[in-house]
Amino acid sequence: MSAAKKKKTKIVKTIKIDVDKCNGCRACEVICSAFHAEPRYSSDNPARSRIRVIRDPLADIYVPVFAGEYTASECAGRNTYTIDGKEYEECAFCRASCPSRDVFKEPDSDLPLKCDLCESDPTLEEPMCVQWCLADALIFEEREEEVEEEEAVDEMDVGLEALANKHGWHKVADAVARMSKKA
Amino acid sequence: MRYAETGFNLEVDLTRGSIERVPTDPRLTELHLGGLGTNAKIFWDRVPPETEPFSEENLLVFGTGILTGTPAPGCNRTVLSTISPQTRLFAYSMMGGFWAPELKHSGYDKLIVRGKSPELVYLWIQDDTVEIRDASHYRGLGTLETAELLRQELNEPHAQVASIGLAGENRVFYASVEQGRSSASRLGVGAVMGDKNLKAIAVRGSKDINIARPAEFIGLCNDALKFIKHRNANPIPGVMPILAGLGSPQEMAIHDEKWHTENFAWGNARVRRKGFWTDEIRELWTNTMETMRTRLLSCHNCPMKCGAAISVDTRLCSYMMKCFSKLTYTMGAFSNLEFGLKIAQKATEHGVDSFTAPQTMAFAIELYEAGILTDKDMPGMPTDSEGRFFWLLDRIVRREGIGDILANGTHWAAQEIGNGAEEYAHNNIKKHEQLPLKLGMLNPIYFLMYSTGEKINITQIEGNFPQAPFPTREQREAFVADWPQVPNEKLKQHFLDWELRGENSIPHYPSAEATCDIVEWQEMMHYIDDATGMCAGLSSFPLKPPFHIHNLPALISAGTGLDLDEAGLTHLTRRNRNLVRANNLRRGMTRSDEKPPADHWKKRFPELEENLMDTYYAFKGWNRDGVPTRETLHALDLDYVYEDFIERGILKEEETVGASGKASAEGSAS
Repeated sequence: MSAAKKKKTKIVKTIKIDVDKCNGCRACEVICSAFHAEPRYSSDNPARSRIRVIRDPLADIYVPVFAGEYTASECAGRNTYTIDGKEYEECAFCRASCPSRDVFKEPDSDLPLKCDLCESDPTLEEPMCVQWCLADALIFEEREEEVEEEEAVDEMDVGLEALANKHGWHKVADAVARMSKKA
Repeated sequence: MRYAETGFNLEVDLTRGSIERVPTDPRLTELHLGGLGTNAKIFWDRVPPETEPFSEENLLVFGTGILTGTPAPGCNRTVLSTISPQTRLFAYSMMGGFWAPELKHSGYDKLIVRGKSPELVYLWIQDDTVEIRDASHYRGLGTLETAELLRQELNEPHAQVASIGLAGENRVFYASVEQGRSSASRLGVGAVMGDKNLKAIAVRGSKDINIARPAEFIGLCNDALKFIKHRNANPIPGVMPILAGLGSPQEMAIHDEKWHTENFAWGNARVRRKGFWTDEIRELWTNTMETMRTRLLSCHNCPMKCGAAISVDTRLCSYMMKCFSKLTYTMGAFSNLEFGLKIAQKATEHGVDSFTAPQTMAFAIELYEAGILTDKDMPGMPTDSEGRFFWLLDRIVRREGIGDILANGTHWAAQEIGNGAEEYAHNNIKKHEQLPLKLGMLNPIYFLMYSTGEKINITQIEGNFPQAPFPTREQREAFVADWPQVPNEKLKQHFLDWELRGENSIPHYPSAEATCDIVEWQEMMHYIDDATGMCAGLSSFPLKPPFHIHNLPALISAGTGLDLDEAGLTHLTRRNRNLVRANNLRRGMTRSDEKPPADHWKKRFPELEENLMDTYYAFKGWNRDGVPTRETLHALDLDYVYEDFIERGILKEEETVGASGKASAEGSAS
């Protein structure tokens, strides 16, 4: 590894969620599913949306949540959070496409869904859910951040490192030597 | 592929316990679109006029609009249709909320319920899996309570539930179907659901709704959202705050109730309280609302926030409220806002109409004060007004004692009580309770809307034309300068020339002909919305809405793939309007039923009113009895209605527009 890393700027995209402003209309879900339909806008289906409003009307809970990473297993234990007298399940803030619930999965195949901030060409000014949220519960922000430049890691390095982590460098070196003789 | 609609109805026969998924005829979509239009067709085809409201043969149809569930903003309406136990006519009552989009996403345009279940049941619809399940453990429970427990039982937090409370179970003639944030309250749809022994319908859908021309459709939606932002930032000057913006009247957001409390009538729709709205009341009521209102709420895919979560106990949201139900109990009981919000929570759980219920209770108290009802009828009734309202509500929803009579609404209760009680059921049209509004001078526009509106509810008839003239010509010119929503320039002129006083003021202005134009436009917009599933709050109700006759044909066409232009949509709307009417004419509705409450205006003009009715009927292509003529029906592809009318003697072959038809008009709807 090199000693001094270079600085560079990158653009960080954020959606600020104000749960107090959400009126629970689910327009974000509707337009998200329509935008990601193939061809674009050819259908809508909140069950496919990459943003879901976690709603519990009688508890006055409305939390728009964006789909994040897939996880193969659910949490072993779940916490609850009490905020302003309202009790939220941890899941109300969790972005995972997870076996414990039926959000952030394609309804027909169960394949996980993930928010891509409406990545498209040309780039949208704002993701569609933000554009359709007239309540301003979703606010899109882009800001530049200085980050240390990471050296690009070679793809083969990643693979070998993973093997080494599993088997140890000795075994990996042996295997490489053995196989290169055959070649 | 079908676009915007699914092409399937769900048919449930509760007598036999059968469930069928039935494909629909695409030709009916071309003729009627959906919602009320196709509901009316189903009733015409399948519910003969002899059908009793409480019978296995009566249907309860939950129809979605053609655009319901698409990305078009505000398209979330369920149109419930049935034969009303109260009016005994074809009824439609609508709700927003989240239920209809969920039904469509599970693959059905309508749920059609027939028969009667021997036991209390609920329906569970999850895409292709539909079950009739035992609901005996929900008997007597509240509407929201039932919905909450059902979601837990099903382990389906996303299920949308429409349910009835005690009132529906006990067939109270004005029982509602409640759905969390919204309700179908008018005309007793909840009573018919109760008669069918159907406690609730839970729905969860995960299917796509297809759009025919996606880019064009979304473009129109985006334009509408942009316009809504613009309108929200620019309320209309010169009209009262609740009518200046979009959505339904903004009762949950706006505190100023001077207009309602001083112009609408209190108690049993009789007492005006000029000067009621003092600084002290304003402060008190503002404080009540600020304390008890937790959050403003929207319906499915709508940027307006016409509803609110209301807290009356330890919960942050005890129930959800919208629109004028804020004041109906308060004013009915001569009480304050805190009482109104508290009793509305009970009333919502029991599932009653917040127009008819408080009026019926105020009617009972008037009868008691007049000695027509006595302590024998009201054993143990508290002495304070608020206590009496809670006491009466409880008797009514249980049909206990006097409540059993009051549960049929003021018209039928008065008939049963007799002894002069009829005089007290004074605020009805076609046996249905109206807004508590009593005014001075006859307004020809409202006269026709009240008389002929088939919904029998003014808020679903009035709309895009200002309710009153603006004082100065400059103000009127400014208003029409930016008014692209009008169908034609004539309507602008009608408004420009309309004045508060003098020759061009009510009752003689607008002229009968101009009044017809104005009423026709407002009615047409509602009939379009009732077929598309668009909320009136973005289209037919407010001044200068985002959706109107010049952009709706394009939106409907892009969504459905149908090729509708303005003329085509107007024509289709007339077809739906006439078919709704045909259902009622066949059930015995006549011209003699088409009149506002006798005391709605102090100053009445019988000759002028006759002329308005004659002119309007002729304008609509109806004879003097209000029956569409052969020509009218033929032009609307409703020849089968003509044939039926001839067979039943409702029409005679030779009749023409404006001519007198049936020998007499004695048979009123009862």
